Amino acid sequence: MSMTILIVMGVLMLSGGIAALYIKDTVSAIVAAGVVSLLASVIFLIVGAPDVAMTEAAIGSALTTVVFLFAWSRIKEAEKEKDTLESDSAEEGGE
Amino acid sequence: MEILAIIGAFVSLAGSLFLLLAAIGIFRMPDTYNRMQTGTKATTLGSLLFFVGIGMANPSWWGKLLALTIFIFITNPLSSHVLARALHFIGKSPLLKGSKDPDVRDDLEAVESLETKEGDLV
Amino acid sequence: MADIIFNIAAVIALAAFVITFYRIIVGPELGDRVVALDAMTIMALSGITFLAHLLGRIIYLDVALVYGLISFLGVIAVARYMERGL
Repeated sequence: MSMTILIVMGVLMLSGGIAALYIKDTVSAIVAAGVVSLLASVIFLIVGAPDVAMTEAAIGSALTTVVFLFAWSRIKEAEKEKDTLESDSAEEGGE
Repeated sequence: MEILAIIGAFVSLAGSLFLLLAAIGIFRMPDTYNRMQTGTKATTLGSLLFFVGIGMANPSWWGKLLALTIFIFITNPLSSHVLARALHFIGKSPLLKGSKDPDVRDDLEAVESLETKEGDLV
Repeated sequence: MADIIFNIAAVIALAAFVITFYRIIVGPELGDRVVALDAMTIMALSGITFLAHLLGRIIYLDVALVYGLISFLGVIAVARYMERGL
């Protein structure tokens, strides 16, 4: 029974990683990476390492997602500021 | 004790059927709000029944299972609410196109006229 | 007898897990994927509890408790990002 769960989790983990590669939307790819870490946590649990599973759940599923989202929102803000600066300078140059 | 374990196994079976219903709802529902509704309520009940079944099979585990159940009952509707609120504020409109209700249809026309006005302003 | 029925319940929960994973892959928007992630977390909690029963170790329930807390924070973070940026 636990072997069946292990095989299914492995296949789902592989397809989740491939989905995280090929999804166009970046935040959706971050969510897919979080799913991969969920499945990794269950696999660690099956092979008999509950402490590693707890660490994987804490770091892989929450901290990585939050840090990725934080970095991505900062990148978006920087791009927006750059666009406004460029448009302002373009308007001034046009005048 | 064996009788209690068998009853717990059947309760767990009912819980897993609720989980399967939630999965089918997420698979087949046409809209994000619909998926959220079926995916939150059914999983809450299903996980409750699953934990009760496991607790009947292992009676000495009831403390941690009770903590887990209370925790899920607090956090699962809360996360669903936060997600629905975020979707509402970024302007995702619920699916009303296929509705047969005349009030809903009038609301839909009003919303569509409002959206075209806002589009003209922008 | 009880173990057979518990195994059937676990197989059904595993099928639910796989069906929900489909929505992660093809979900058209971010909201669909986050909803599927939330549901998959609850199903994984049920699966972890079943594993604790199957292997007879109560320490696995602690993992389930930590996992519920932490993934709730992840969903809150994504919702806040969607609303106004993190």
